[in-house]
Amino acid sequence: MEMAPQFFRQGPSLLARLFFFVLLSLILMAADTHFRYLVEIRQVFATALYPLQKLANVPTTISDAIGTVFVTHHLADENAYLKQQYLADQGQLQQLQALRAENEQLRKLLQAAQRVENKAVIAEILRVPGDPFNRKIMLDKGSQNGIQTGQVVVDDVGVVGQVTRNYPWVSEVTLITDKDHSVPVQVVRNGLRSVVSGTGKDGLLELRYVAVSTDIQEGDVLVTSGIDGVYPPGLPVATVSKIERSPAYVFARITCIPAAGVGHHRQLLILSLMNPPAETPADAFEIKPETRKREKVGIR
Amino acid sequence: MRSKSSLRQGSEKKLAFADHPKQEILLPVKSSFIVLSLAAALLLNLLPLPPVVLVARPDFVALVLLYWCIHQPQRIGMSVAFILGLFMDIGDASTLGEHALAYSIMAFSALVFHRRLHFFGPYTQAPQVGLILLLGQSVMLLAGLLGGSHFPGWDFFLSSVTGIILWPLLFSLLRMSQKPGRSDSDAL
Repeated sequence: MEMAPQFFRQGPSLLARLFFFVLLSLILMAADTHFRYLVEIRQVFATALYPLQKLANVPTTISDAIGTVFVTHHLADENAYLKQQYLADQGQLQQLQALRAENEQLRKLLQAAQRVENKAVIAEILRVPGDPFNRKIMLDKGSQNGIQTGQVVVDDVGVVGQVTRNYPWVSEVTLITDKDHSVPVQVVRNGLRSVVSGTGKDGLLELRYVAVSTDIQEGDVLVTSGIDGVYPPGLPVATVSKIERSPAYVFARITCIPAAGVGHHRQLLILSLMNPPAETPADAFEIKPETRKREKVGIR
Repeated sequence: MRSKSSLRQGSEKKLAFADHPKQEILLPVKSSFIVLSLAAALLLNLLPLPPVVLVARPDFVALVLLYWCIHQPQRIGMSVAFILGLFMDIGDASTLGEHALAYSIMAFSALVFHRRLHFFGPYTQAPQVGLILLLGQSVMLLAGLLGGSHFPGWDFFLSSVTGIILWPLLFSLLRMSQKPGRSDSDAL
């Protein structure tokens, strides 16, 4: 009896509030995973959070600035190295231009669709969240910089991921290692097409539903096949690291190591969107290369 | 029985009475201080850190939130927890509502036990707060697992442990600025 007043003074309202908030979060979670309705809510909160995010990045910027002051004695070395690299790249680029012209000619002869060159924007990694349930990173370019969802993010060695959400000044990139992310790939050695999927673990990819008898070897390099119309063809994605062929299963267990990673660089490239994918194979021949914007973007 | 409970009620009243004057004097200062401390916690949570440190990083927002839920239950409650959770969801790029759910439940447990927790010192409070932190992390883990993730490993709970270790420091820090210029007896 003595406990009753206290209980009635506080209990029900507290429990009711808990019930309300739990229900609200459950609805939010369900809506966010299954329907993608919550773009506006996300935009509001992300915009409010942006100053804090920028502020949280200040220590890194400062340490970078201090770093640049103290590494001046490396600059001569670095400059020499970069000059050498530039010469080597220039040589390769000239070859590439010849090859490109040849390729265009051949594609015209074959009446195949032209490959469209990609425009790229350099973005800096704002944050690599510690949430173990999804593999995502934040970049410091958003819709105000012309970033759209669906754009592919690469570093100097290969594909990193894809922009899945864009806020005014920040964009969210789902890494290829995310459990819900897949990239259509092709084995360089024999042109075999497949889809590589993330496992949710860092630095581990998986080729699912590849038959045991398929010609695939350890060390095979996987590049994007480009048939999805999202990923431009020919970008390195991963290397096959382990193949388990068990006669008990129809499919082989193939694990791969991604070529690119978030840990290597602070800067990443966001490639522009490709042409909208053709509705039918017949349409694919109709797609003409649009105004070709050439933009050389150097990284590192 | 009756006398015992009335005694307990009496002692509670007495302590509550001793607590009240302090709160009323500092009322205008604290509102901004609470907001500031929560913003600072959010900032600390958003700091870009190397993955090794990130695993062990305590959830500052949860800690500060629990502190205010225990010490200012009439002002900081589940609605603040929910909104902070949404901010963390955006900051961590997780499913919208994951942190919000965990923080709401943590705030609820802190509010339920705030009378009890309020009269413990920082060191005896720490393990009890640790239990609430573990509860919150378990909720997050459950939400993640139901979302189809794999189990992230036991070091996922490391941030609760560092949270327990950090609690006394945070306690004295927030308490210190709570009563500036006062020769407090419990500073020790």
